[in-house]
Amino acid sequence: MFDIQTQLFEGQEICFGPIDHEKDPEVEARWTHDSEFMRLMETNPARPMSAAMLKKQYEKLEKQIEEDKNHYHFMIRLKADERLIGKAAVQRIEWANGNGFIRIGIGAAEDRRKGYGTQALRMLLRFAFAELNLFRVTAVAPEYNEGAIVLLQKFGFVQEVCRRKALERDGRRWDLYVFGLLNDEWRNQAKA
Amino acid sequence: MKDLFRGELVRFTFEEPDVRAKAEARWQRDSEFVRLADSDPTQLSSEKKIKEWFDKQAESGPQPERYSFSVRTLADDRYIGFLGLWVDLIHSEAWVGLGIGEREFWSKGYGSDMMKLCLQYVFTELGLERLSLGLHEYNPRALRSYEKCGFRLEGRTRQDAMREGKRTDTLWMGILREEWLQMQNGDQK
Repeated sequence: MFDIQTQLFEGQEICFGPIDHEKDPEVEARWTHDSEFMRLMETNPARPMSAAMLKKQYEKLEKQIEEDKNHYHFMIRLKADERLIGKAAVQRIEWANGNGFIRIGIGAAEDRRKGYGTQALRMLLRFAFAELNLFRVTAVAPEYNEGAIVLLQKFGFVQEVCRRKALERDGRRWDLYVFGLLNDEWRNQAKA
Repeated sequence: MKDLFRGELVRFTFEEPDVRAKAEARWQRDSEFVRLADSDPTQLSSEKKIKEWFDKQAESGPQPERYSFSVRTLADDRYIGFLGLWVDLIHSEAWVGLGIGEREFWSKGYGSDMMKLCLQYVFTELGLERLSLGLHEYNPRALRSYEKCGFRLEGRTRQDAMREGKRTDTLWMGILREEWLQMQNGDQK
């Protein structure tokens, strides 16, 4: 079955869209003021940012994507009103090896636990495996990000590596997990 | 105090850009060497281009997240390879990559000696909590050497590289500060 009718960038309640340089900086800036979100998403130190800083970051990101050709970036929006709720990306793609790293974040606390992450990951995996034709994707999550771990396991990701005590947060060391999902595993699940 | 830059077989130096470029230009033509060290497709660069990278590196001066060493043998002062560290000061971790470009020095303990110097540097000079590395599963010689130095295998990313039409795993290893300290105490007893 050759299915190009099913839209790549549309889910049930959400869709993937490009960056809106006018409206998005302010929304994402608000997310960065939530240290819990930043510590779930980033291993870099959490820091509150202004919309002006994010505007610059978006420009840099688009330039980098154009130059490196190994990075696909999506804004996650609600279909109903196009409101920005998160980000999804396949990055650091090694084309010769067919491997890439995936990332998903739902920004605001009130938008979490509503199944948006699940819908976004389903779309992102279809994009990675049926559009980019990657052989596998990799995802990284710290041991304290239980939401991410449960979500990845739901999609059949295998925990492949435990980088012991690789992160320092709240005065203690935490393990960093590496997860992998192969194209075959994803396809067999879709059939089942 | 211990000599940080002197092991049992090798010493750490830092060679001039022209010397490094000349050696690297020769070493990169050994595709087996490059494919053991890296997962990117092999690429041949001119000596001029390589020297330009090293010149640029020298111009920007020492960087707090990057440490590079050239490696020479103690016995006859041969320049045989390199070792590099990428440091994450926030999480007190470093990644190490090393290579011995001169094949006649493979499998003779030079790599392990380089790694022992590296461990001492990471834990006693940089004062980090953890040292990490990755290697191809088709490089069992490196695996044995790293295990001997105290690294533990922490997992493998399945079939994430492809060489000669075959899928192959990348192995990931790490050693913690307390593990290294314990080994040192064991050695002294």
